[in-house]
Amino acid sequence: MRRWLAVYAALAFAFLHLPLAILALFSFNRSRFTVWEGFSLRWYQAAWRDPQLAEAAGNSIAIALAATVIATLAGTACAYGLWKRGSRLLTAGLYLSLVTPEIVTGISLLALFQWTFRWLDWRLGMHTVILAHVAFSLAYVVIVVSARLRTISPTLEEAAMDLGATEWQAFVHATLPALAPGILAAALLVLTLSFDDYVITSMVAGVDSETLPMVIYALARRGSSPVINAVSAIMVVFFGSLILLSERLAARGAR
Amino acid sequence: MSRLRPWFLAPAWAWWAVLFAAPLLIVAAYSLLTRGAYGGLSRPWTFENYVRVADPLYLAILGRSIVMALAATALCVLLGFPLALFISRSGRRKNLYLQLVLLPFWTSFLVRLYAWLFLLRDTGLVNTFLRSAGLIREPLPLLYNNGAVLLGLVYGYLPFLVLPVYATLERMDPALVEAAADLGAGPWASLFRVVLPLAAPGIGAGAALVFIPCLGAYLTPDLLGGGRTVMIGNLVQNQFTTARDWPFGSAVSVALMAIVIALLALLWRKAKNPL
Repeated sequence: MRRWLAVYAALAFAFLHLPLAILALFSFNRSRFTVWEGFSLRWYQAAWRDPQLAEAAGNSIAIALAATVIATLAGTACAYGLWKRGSRLLTAGLYLSLVTPEIVTGISLLALFQWTFRWLDWRLGMHTVILAHVAFSLAYVVIVVSARLRTISPTLEEAAMDLGATEWQAFVHATLPALAPGILAAALLVLTLSFDDYVITSMVAGVDSETLPMVIYALARRGSSPVINAVSAIMVVFFGSLILLSERLAARGAR
Repeated sequence: MSRLRPWFLAPAWAWWAVLFAAPLLIVAAYSLLTRGAYGGLSRPWTFENYVRVADPLYLAILGRSIVMALAATALCVLLGFPLALFISRSGRRKNLYLQLVLLPFWTSFLVRLYAWLFLLRDTGLVNTFLRSAGLIREPLPLLYNNGAVLLGLVYGYLPFLVLPVYATLERMDPALVEAAADLGAGPWASLFRVVLPLAAPGIGAGAALVFIPCLGAYLTPDLLGGGRTVMIGNLVQNQFTTARDWPFGSAVSVALMAIVIALLALLWRKAKNPL
């Protein structure tokens, strides 16, 4: 049975990884078609020179950075507050936000934003996308940081306060340094989630806030293009390494 | 005791109220309104939208979504359990294999679906290869059908099943399998009569974690089903964009959320910390 399991696992890993590997391989194909004609970097050059892709990538980076800062700060504070004493209502809300179908999150945020337009002078744009990304990624931060907090003993803060530290000083000097790897792991996770999101973003984006996944989606709908393969390969490698890094950091905490 | 705790929780409460509860409440309120002349919202308040959800046309979409999600869940259990078993018995390589399961899960969902488009379309790699090998003349219709959507769902959510099953297998006492062997059970007998029953809670949790996102899937049926395999997620998106019938789209969303919450409550009662 051992051997059968190993053969099966090899097939399963092939199923999980081959599609992306082939996609990346063909980003180096000289031909525009799905016939291998030799190695070339022309699609990477084409992607690099494309002004629409460049603008979308810029938007995506700006949105991801802003959403990461906000969600990480709010989520870390929330995890810390819940660590001191739980709140069933808030915890239920966090879990529920994780299982809410993306499309429902998207349309409900769109409904909220449209409703505020009645009496607020703003429109769909970068800020609505950033708010939406904070909305769907906050729960992930709370979960990652909470996992790290569980490894920290509350006696650390109690000792600090017995020695005369205020509550705030105990947090900053005793808990926060021990928490840092978890916070960084959470931030990298949000960065990835934000950069990758298409469904929610497409509902709340305005004309000036087209993101990279939105451009990829539009191109993919029109037909395949090796340029998408090139951009996809870059995204997979870049965010794959970010996630591996974030898991390393989280694992260091577990030890 | 802690005077700072409310301040630490304040941003999250603001998030909860403004970005989580309020949008869902607005959608719930919209679901009771009527579609206006130009796709806007107007009164009177009505249950008409929920009556429409029960229309055979839309019930068929709901039914298809449930069937697709169930089929994807069953396939994930069949494909994911042996993989989890293999990883749990891999000794020092466990972490490497777990990373291998997780890695595609963290790459952009859109990119992963595009990879299948690249492989399966008429001019895609599979058809090009089969044609150049002389096996077929006309491209095989691999995309834009239920099978393609199912493939995309299984591919996308398989890690959701492998992880909880692996976690329960890890917690299992290996002495139990040894005891079964000592008492004369072969590897298959001990698998079906010892390991599988003990892994059942993990399989249940994993199955729910696969079923819930599959039920509300939007992008997979959109890209791989090409508008031919419409699921609830696509119906919602369509009502909010092309059809501009927000009240009806809201009613469908509320129905979808009701199913998700019911499942989550069930899961919550079974396991104290499901995620």
